[in-house]
Amino acid sequence: MPKVTIDGVSIEVEAGTTILNAARQIGGDLVPPAMCYYSKLKGSGGKCRVCLVEISKGSDANPNPMPKLQASCCTPIADGMEVKNMTSQKVQDMRKGVVEFLLINHPLDCPICDQAGECDLQNLGFDYGAQKTRYQEGRRTFDKIDIGDKIQLHMTRCILCYRCTYVADQLTPHRDHGVLNRGDASEISTYISHAIDNDFSGNMIDVCPVGALTDKTFRFKSRVWFLKPYRAHRQCSHEKCNGQVDLWMFGNDVYRVTARKDDYHEVESFICNECRFEHKNKADWTIEGPRKLEKWSVINQGKYMKRTAEVNIDTEKALLLGRDQDRKRLSMVTPEEAKKK
Amino acid sequence: MTDYGAISLTGRKKDVSQKEMTFSEKLYLPGIIKGMGITLKHFFSKKVTVQYPDEKREFSPVYRGQHILMRDENGAERCTACGLCAVACPAEAITMTSAERKPGEEKLYREEKYASVYEINMLRCIFCGLCEEACPKEAIFLTEKISNADYSREGFIFGKDKLVMKPEQQVL
Repeated sequence: MPKVTIDGVSIEVEAGTTILNAARQIGGDLVPPAMCYYSKLKGSGGKCRVCLVEISKGSDANPNPMPKLQASCCTPIADGMEVKNMTSQKVQDMRKGVVEFLLINHPLDCPICDQAGECDLQNLGFDYGAQKTRYQEGRRTFDKIDIGDKIQLHMTRCILCYRCTYVADQLTPHRDHGVLNRGDASEISTYISHAIDNDFSGNMIDVCPVGALTDKTFRFKSRVWFLKPYRAHRQCSHEKCNGQVDLWMFGNDVYRVTARKDDYHEVESFICNECRFEHKNKADWTIEGPRKLEKWSVINQGKYMKRTAEVNIDTEKALLLGRDQDRKRLSMVTPEEAKKK
Repeated sequence: MTDYGAISLTGRKKDVSQKEMTFSEKLYLPGIIKGMGITLKHFFSKKVTVQYPDEKREFSPVYRGQHILMRDENGAERCTACGLCAVACPAEAITMTSAERKPGEEKLYREEKYASVYEINMLRCIFCGLCEEACPKEAIFLTEKISNADYSREGFIFGKDKLVMKPEQQVL
């Protein structure tokens, strides 16, 4: 099997593996970030230029370095190849530039965006981006398009990774949406504002690396870091859906349902729209336990990640909750009580 | 062995005795006159208290008092309910729920999302100013105003009625 060395770490992988996938087999910090490549979607990758790496030795047969940085998501490895990612200053400078390019037309409305806190572009900007923008011209804007009552499209936030169109191509029986126009005028759209309605269309929300496609049933309901994600499952009648999801809960309320994501924020298995949008009730799900997040994720803020058993404390009610007359305002009532009002 | 009773670490230790009082002490009058003299002396010395609220002490320029939710130059609320103040708050005093701005409300709210409920529990707040620091929209500030006392617990939970900047407070 061909051997490749990435940042000084060697691994033997099958011929034809891309550099990115070889790096993911090693794991850790040396894995290049990816905004458009998605291992579960065939044909994705090669668009965002975030995963470019330096190839300091082409192969054993031809040890010359490659003259330009190569996109690791679509460059297959060769035997004896040596790749530099985090150890290359050229790559670090390039990535700073690429983030700047991606953010040229991105509105930076993170305080409003529902994706904030779990956004790949936020992470990328935090890791590699510059502190300030140099861009002064007006940002690209679009007329709002309504693509149905379940999914919200914010075209201004889109970075044109094309992942959602691959979801439409590969998961759903017929294609509902795609990319219109060309160049910097290209936009994700349904043709003549058709509503998207098929069983797996909701997956484009999970697949979107930014907040361009968000859950309309969760729109502005809460911020992700106030919710606690739980692993949960249910018996799903759809033959392609295994019903394994993450529930985002606040107290006993289910705020939203998403597919489970792995270390690279890719969906483990795609879930159907019924699981995603119709079952926002704790009783519908079997909860397995809290989901583990990265150590530095803002979602960890103020949460215990050990599984907590529900306890009933046998004491006077006033001791636990205070007097009724003191609990008129929102801050002092339980979520269930607030819902009743 | 050391006689610990003889050691005075502060230098102000005094032995207490129960001697019989002298004749002049028994009269009480000299003692009372002496005491009144001290009281009279303080009438003319500099006062240490101030007559709040008519009179106010000089504040430090970094004093942090009651919060204010700012409006922008057009009078629209700046807060977008992003939740960063609540997540930054070490005392967990801030709660909010957000809502989507409807068409026609552009003059009321600056962004398409706004805080429909915004509450600070003043009993929990420690006036650390981290909310001010976290705010990306320059919406929350701690003013020089001393937060009022109240009779009920409910009165200490400040909603938008107390927090949002009044139109007359606006300096353009």
